[in-house]
Amino acid sequence: MENLLKIENLSKSFTLHNLGKHIKASQDINIDLKEGKFIGITGKSGSGKSTILKCIYRTYLPETGDIYYNSEKLGKVNISKISERKMVYLRKYEIGYVSQFLNVMPRTTAREIVKQAVLEMGYDDEHANKEAIKMLSHFELDKELWDSYPNTFSGGEKLRLNIARAMVKHPRLLLLDEPTASLDYDSKKKVKELIEQLKNEGTTMIGIFHDIEFMEGLCDEKFNMQAGKFI
Amino acid sequence: MESFEKPILKVNNLRKQFGNGCKKCEDMSEDVLDKNYCPECGTVYACQDVSFEVYNGEILGVVGESGSGKSTMMQCLYFDKEVTKGDAYISNYKDGKSNIFKESSQQKRYIRNNVLGKVYQNPILGLKMDFSAIGNIAEKLIASGNRKVDEMERRGNELLEHVNIPLFRSKEEPKNFSGGMQQRVQIAKALSNNPPILLLDEVTTGLDLSVQANVLDLIKKIQRELGISMIVVSHDLAVIRMLADRTIVMLNGKIIEKGLTDQILEDPQKPYTQQLVHSLL
Ligand SMILES: Nc1ncnc2c1ncn2[C@@H]1O[C@H](COP(=O)(O)OP(=O)(O)OP(=O)(O)O)[C@@H](O)[C@H]1O
Ligand SMILES: Nc1ncnc2c1ncn2[C@@H]1O[C@H](COP(=O)(O)OP(=O)(O)OP(=O)(O)O)[C@@H](O)[C@H]1O
Ligand SMILES: [Mg+2]
Ligand SMILES: [Mg+2]
Ligand SMILES: [Zn+2]
Repeated sequence: MENLLKIENLSKSFTLHNLGKHIKASQDINIDLKEGKFIGITGKSGSGKSTILKCIYRTYLPETGDIYYNSEKLGKVNISKISERKMVYLRKYEIGYVSQFLNVMPRTTAREIVKQAVLEMGYDDEHANKEAIKMLSHFELDKELWDSYPNTFSGGEKLRLNIARAMVKHPRLLLLDEPTASLDYDSKKKVKELIEQLKNEGTTMIGIFHDIEFMEGLCDEKFNMQAGKFI
Repeated sequence: MESFEKPILKVNNLRKQFGNGCKKCEDMSEDVLDKNYCPECGTVYACQDVSFEVYNGEILGVVGESGSGKSTMMQCLYFDKEVTKGDAYISNYKDGKSNIFKESSQQKRYIRNNVLGKVYQNPILGLKMDFSAIGNIAEKLIASGNRKVDEMERRGNELLEHVNIPLFRSKEEPKNFSGGMQQRVQIAKALSNNPPILLLDEVTTGLDLSVQANVLDLIKKIQRELGISMIVVSHDLAVIRMLADRTIVMLNGKIIEKGLTDQILEDPQKPYTQQLVHSLL
């Protein structure tokens, strides 16, 4: 099977000029991710897990090493060196990122948030609305919440909205940063079911979990991080 | 994909100086111009070799401290000020083969009226306060060659509706409008000739938060529905985060850093950008 993603010797550190500090976040990371597979990453707080996902999404500028991604439209690209414009394209159409925190435009309803993700791919309003409704029901967000503002949502509701927004684009690669953090047991179970569903639909994923035991049976491969490295 | 990567606007080495320069600053060497003026002769270099591109349908963010040259750059692009040096190309104008800065004043007027729209921070600069709201739009339509009154009225009302100005107020003078409404009339006016490129200089500065959100929603909607490319200058990083895919950072008239907006905000590379992000977040 083809590699969808291949990370070779990725390292990332931060130089905080004003504080005169240099922080090594992730070092010598190697990952082989085949299509349709699911990799789980765990490790202590501050060990460098999010940094890896953010480098793949180019929120962080990778420092050394290569991140090869096999794009449907662009062919094999190296995300470490890709142009900004191409990365904008990949974010719009191929790579999804679900952060632990929902950051969206204020005063935008749940439905609008999901719709906008479809609209930005160039579909019309009607199609966007249809897809948004499909996703919101699929992820079991209460109908009453669809047209209200997410700042009043519970952690689990926010998370499901977050996932709906990413999933409505049907990304080929989905990056999940602690999708179960701060959820109660039932909500966690829901998220697990959801990931299983995505996997069955063929979505390739990398997920970060501080309680990875909970994902037992789902991960095709697991990595444990300590002080910036896989151990 | 090819068109996705084709710039709609390309700016090369734009320079704008106020003053004639002297022997010391002529060569523009780094050590002389680590500020934006020459200590010897006092010439101000408001923009120094600014180069960037804007792609089809994208919003490019521009940030930087006060005096860094953001407005000067926008004024040069709209021919409010004449550049000292440099060139710029617009793909919708003469196939992107002509340096717009070198065009005749007649052609520049044509570009202003047909290819560009601009929204000023201060509505007084963008609107005639004693014309009616719809009159302001008609003025721009006339400038781009329209003559049919009923056609212009229809278009004017359509635009005002698009920016949520109620129809029954379209004959009022904008001086009676609130700040947010004035900005929305400016946006309607700028959009009237369907320009492929919109220049927005601090359009939400000075508006209270809920009005700001309203104007931002409108800008987002315009970009989505009409696919217009925009340059958005703002010192408010929240505005930039919300609107821009890519962002450039200016300091002393130069672009010192550029990248995807979230990368500029979360992983800024240059000491100055780090300081800017931390001071403004
Ligand atoms: N944008 C940033 N600027 C500076 N330092 C950063 C930045 N992001 C992460 N770091 C540092 O890099 C290290 C790794 O952080 P990272 O967020 O990757 O950890 P993590 O394993 O995801 O932790 P957690 O489980 O708490 O989310 C930490 O020391 C952190 O302070
Ligand atoms: N007509 C002029 N004569 C001399 N200097 C000028 C003139 N116009 C602008 N400048 C200078 O050019 C520099 C850039 O000004 P500009 O208005 O472009 O800054 P800006 O980045 O838009 O700042 P702000 O965030 O305050 O709007 C400033 O140092 C300003 O004083
Ligand atoms: Mg983390
Ligand atoms: Mg200014
Ligand atoms: Zn000088």
